[in-house]
Amino acid sequence: MSEATSIAELFETMSYGPAPESATPAREWLAAHAPRLGLFIGNEWRAPSDGDYFPSVNPATGQPLIEIAQGSDADVAAAVTAAREAFPAWSATPGHVRARYLYAIARQVQKHSRLLAVLETMDNGKPIRETRDIDIPLVARHFYHHAGWAQLMASELPDMRPLGVVGQVIPWNFPLLMLAWKIAPALATGNTVVLKPAEFTSITAIAFAEILQEIGLPPGVVNIVTGDGRTGAALVNSPDVNKIAFTGSTEVGRIIRRATAGSGKHLSLELGGKSPFIVFEDADLDSVVEGVVDAIWFNQGQVCCAGSRLLVQEGVAEKLIAKLRTRMEKLRVGDPLDKAVDIGAIIAPVQLEKIQRLVQQGVDEGAEMWQPGWACPTDGYFFPPTLFTNVSPAATIAQVEIFGPVLVTMTFRTPAEAVALANNTAYGLAASIWSESINLALDVARGIKAGTIWINSTNVFDAASGFGGYRESGFGREGGREGLFEYLQPAWETTPTPSPSPVNGRGEPGSNGHKRGKKHHADISASAAAISTNGATTSPLSRLTGEGMGAFPPIDRTPKLFIGGKQARPDSGYSRRVLSAEGLLLGEVGEGNRKDIRNAVEAAHAAAGWASATGHNRAQILYYLAENLATRAAEFAARIAAMTGSAPDEAATEVERAIERLFTYGAWADKYDGAIHQTPIRGMTLAVPEPIGVLGLVCPDEYPLLGFVSLVAPAIAMGNRVVAVPSERYPLSATDFYSVLETSDVPAGVVNIVTGARETLAKVLAEHDDVDGIWYFGPAEGASAVESASAGNMKRTWTSDGAHRAWLDATQGEGQEFLRQATQVKNIWVPVGE
Amino acid sequence: MVTRTAPHTDERAPERGQRTQRQSEAPVARPRNPGMPLDMARIAAVLVNRSAVERRAATIPTRRTVKKEWQAAWLLRAITCIDLTTLAGDDTPGNVSRLCAKAQHPVRQNILQQLGATGLDLHTGAVCVYHNLVPVAVEALAGTNIPVAAVSTGFPAAQNPLPLKLEEIRASVAAGAREIDIVISRANVLTGNWQGLYDEVRMFREACGDAHMKTILATGELGTLRNVARASWVCMMAGADFIKTSTGKESVNATLPVSLVMVRAIREYAEETGYQIGFKPAGGIRTAKQSLDWLILMKEELGDDWLRADLFRIGASGLLTDIERQLEYFATGRYSAAYHHPMA
Repeated sequence: MSEATSIAELFETMSYGPAPESATPAREWLAAHAPRLGLFIGNEWRAPSDGDYFPSVNPATGQPLIEIAQGSDADVAAAVTAAREAFPAWSATPGHVRARYLYAIARQVQKHSRLLAVLETMDNGKPIRETRDIDIPLVARHFYHHAGWAQLMASELPDMRPLGVVGQVIPWNFPLLMLAWKIAPALATGNTVVLKPAEFTSITAIAFAEILQEIGLPPGVVNIVTGDGRTGAALVNSPDVNKIAFTGSTEVGRIIRRATAGSGKHLSLELGGKSPFIVFEDADLDSVVEGVVDAIWFNQGQVCCAGSRLLVQEGVAEKLIAKLRTRMEKLRVGDPLDKAVDIGAIIAPVQLEKIQRLVQQGVDEGAEMWQPGWACPTDGYFFPPTLFTNVSPAATIAQVEIFGPVLVTMTFRTPAEAVALANNTAYGLAASIWSESINLALDVARGIKAGTIWINSTNVFDAASGFGGYRESGFGREGGREGLFEYLQPAWETTPTPSPSPVNGRGEPGSNGHKRGKKHHADISASAAAISTNGATTSPLSRLTGEGMGAFPPIDRTPKLFIGGKQARPDSGYSRRVLSAEGLLLGEVGEGNRKDIRNAVEAAHAAAGWASATGHNRAQILYYLAENLATRAAEFAARIAAMTGSAPDEAATEVERAIERLFTYGAWADKYDGAIHQTPIRGMTLAVPEPIGVLGLVCPDEYPLLGFVSLVAPAIAMGNRVVAVPSERYPLSATDFYSVLETSDVPAGVVNIVTGARETLAKVLAEHDDVDGIWYFGPAEGASAVESASAGNMKRTWTSDGAHRAWLDATQGEGQEFLRQATQVKNIWVPVGE
Repeated sequence: MVTRTAPHTDERAPERGQRTQRQSEAPVARPRNPGMPLDMARIAAVLVNRSAVERRAATIPTRRTVKKEWQAAWLLRAITCIDLTTLAGDDTPGNVSRLCAKAQHPVRQNILQQLGATGLDLHTGAVCVYHNLVPVAVEALAGTNIPVAAVSTGFPAAQNPLPLKLEEIRASVAAGAREIDIVISRANVLTGNWQGLYDEVRMFREACGDAHMKTILATGELGTLRNVARASWVCMMAGADFIKTSTGKESVNATLPVSLVMVRAIREYAEETGYQIGFKPAGGIRTAKQSLDWLILMKEELGDDWLRADLFRIGASGLLTDIERQLEYFATGRYSAAYHHPMA
């Protein structure tokens, strides 16, 4: 700043002067806590067991602020134990009482809002305007909103219960806001928490812990263990944690997915993004420019949902870029504690170097880079707002998440091309759409694969709206009713982490369970295993049994696979034998392999139109399936009895339940509504449940018909296309179902069925990058393998962890839990007003 | 020469008693907007998204601020942009004369001394009155460089015959008003009669002659921001020197969102034609903080050219007192009482 500060001179220059937010109270807070901050475990402050600390640095100055404790494995274990001990009492605490605690947290955050904002800015480097006007108010709002959910949980979510101890790992870009997004819903629903802040930004988490002490939150309900990635890994791997909630990079998310596979831990991941910012020629371009500022120069572009890919309709591209450059010249980068600064400091040298490297790569690959004429400060870690034009989708900077103030621009010709470009990414966190046409904007919103769509707006958040990703941006939602389910499970699931037990027959848990044919199954299991290892054994025709037995030899029925609406021979050229409960040969089914799965997935994608079929249309088809199944009920029952050895009345019951189940999902097909969230905008935030896409369904061995129908029906009712792997041991009910599908107007490719070895086929499905989700109901080891392999494209998984489910029971075998698993919520923000 | 306070009237020589121009306030040769034919395609292409405009407007005061010396300097600048106004049924020569005196000496001398601002030739941008009071104001301001502005054309509702409107303009110009604040017929906007609006404003401009024309859109009565933007464009095409938000008599007057829409239209008009149009928010701007918000809006959206009285005015009556109080607070460190400042 020049020293020309005489008022008479300033009267002429009309320049902006310094407008510093006082750091004094925050410095006093740091001084009072110096030289180091402890761990918060069981409402007590502890030194890390290893005695290790590391400095937290102010990125705007490069100066250390205070020492942060490096939590060890033992510290994490102590925190988890504290949380475990606190869980029974906290989960039994009446919702109203939990609401009072959350309300008190919200109030306390508001009362200390400026201290928290200044501490956050000093620790993170983001402008004080953002911490003061956006981060901290959203923190308070999140606790207020979830105080309400605590109050309402008993009445609104009566059949749900908390998961237990939740481990939460949060990033450095919104330290306190991400803490709020994690802790508020966990506490509201009765869970206890161990949270690990990001190593770069732990200070406000500690300040928050002091708030918890002030309001008298019971010990152990929230524990905060600071540290680096090792501390996070210890938490993720802790055996006594029921859920991991993580926000951060897709890379680390993938590691966590693999690390938790088979552990029975619930998982929600909010990961990276490369979100499109789409500008149509009928947009208000001046407003678009401000939208871009909010999209990519908010928080230095270090935002997972940053609108980092500007897609502009060709006719207005030149004009928009010119306006954008004019605007960029007016952005102010500098001391984040200055109230008139737009862009603060990059979090750390490592991030700054990454940004610099990617920008250089963009230049090297031929894109045109532009930066404003002014210079950045050099004493901290600063990077200027940067605009790339002449970028192709093939360019590195168009594909990878830069996590910095760098915007890449591409043009499109038509709305369809805009959607195609928008979806040409592994990510799917958010999108922003600018157009004055409601038809266009909402249609494009439906077409984009992302969890949050902002129409004529961007980077708007609220506790009442769910936030989370499609695709490799992760899964699960934070905020809104949909976010609560990440911290809840059906009340009947009594064991948070079921111990692995082999599925061996049609066992049902609890007193209402009934076991039948157990002995037979064990026998068959052995012989089936023998056959499958045996491979292609020839079977004398004379041994075939079936309804057609009489004087003549029966006509051979050899079901193939069911792919793309047609019966297709298995690629392997092999068949597998299916034995009756008595060990007699009942028939043969195709031995599906990876190519059959590949073909089935292709067919499922080709049936994408199913997702946009009306609910009424899907309902009609589900009812028609029920109708056609009913006409063949006796045949299906006989088949079940023959395969499983169950009593005729039990087999008939299974068929009856399957018919009912088809009706259930026919009923749901046009009734699983979304919501309009009460966010603080003039307009609507539409929470739209959308199908996941192509689902792999690995059906339970028990209940060959009902198990298959229980998975297929909810999946297709919601618009998914499925590749089902039927019961390995009793596949004939599913193959018999081919003709039911064929006679019920199910469009080709909506339901594909590949018989064969369950684990082999499940693995192919789980590893397939064009499969969006997989449900697996089989042994625990298989579930573990599926979860681990799913990390490739971060597909949504739903496994039984080897636990039994009472398929006959409507509480466990059908309902909204299935519909939630079959959908992902897209929140579309639609501000209105002319 | 062109002066800061009487732009585009290059034939008007400095009159007696005028204080010396400061070097840094060198006259700027700014061609007057001649207008252009009504371009309906351009009007139809106007797109405004209200929610997005409101979001941007909401952050104008939160993204920028000025403190200490800068704030004092900016407040002094705001004073030079005030059209000090009285538009009441009970206006008389007496109170208008007082207003003119205040316009010449807007801040107590000892405060200016403490601020080191005595050499700034500080006065308001203009004095704004009804036609009947124009002669009083012209006489009171004789020998200064402060122009008299007259509201006109059936202010505030514009519901009288066109010939009378034109006659009113001519009469005020003849009486010595150097600036005419006309009001548009809102019906033309509300019925989409852009040609009617264009023709009317074009005639007003001709009637103004060399006097400056500020075009009051009465945005509070135009229904939508898109209408505000379209009306801004039509008025600029018809030769407006300034576009102005409000009469001060509508139920909603100057707001930041409306102002943002208008200044963006000004920006595009300048980009497309090369002519710089002035902007005047009026009505409801009562606090020093608000005046800073509007200055920030001008600086951010249009640039420093629009921080001077030749391209920016604030229509206000009570604002000056609050600015004086803030200046005294800055000068003394003590909060100030209104009665410490000479009234208009």
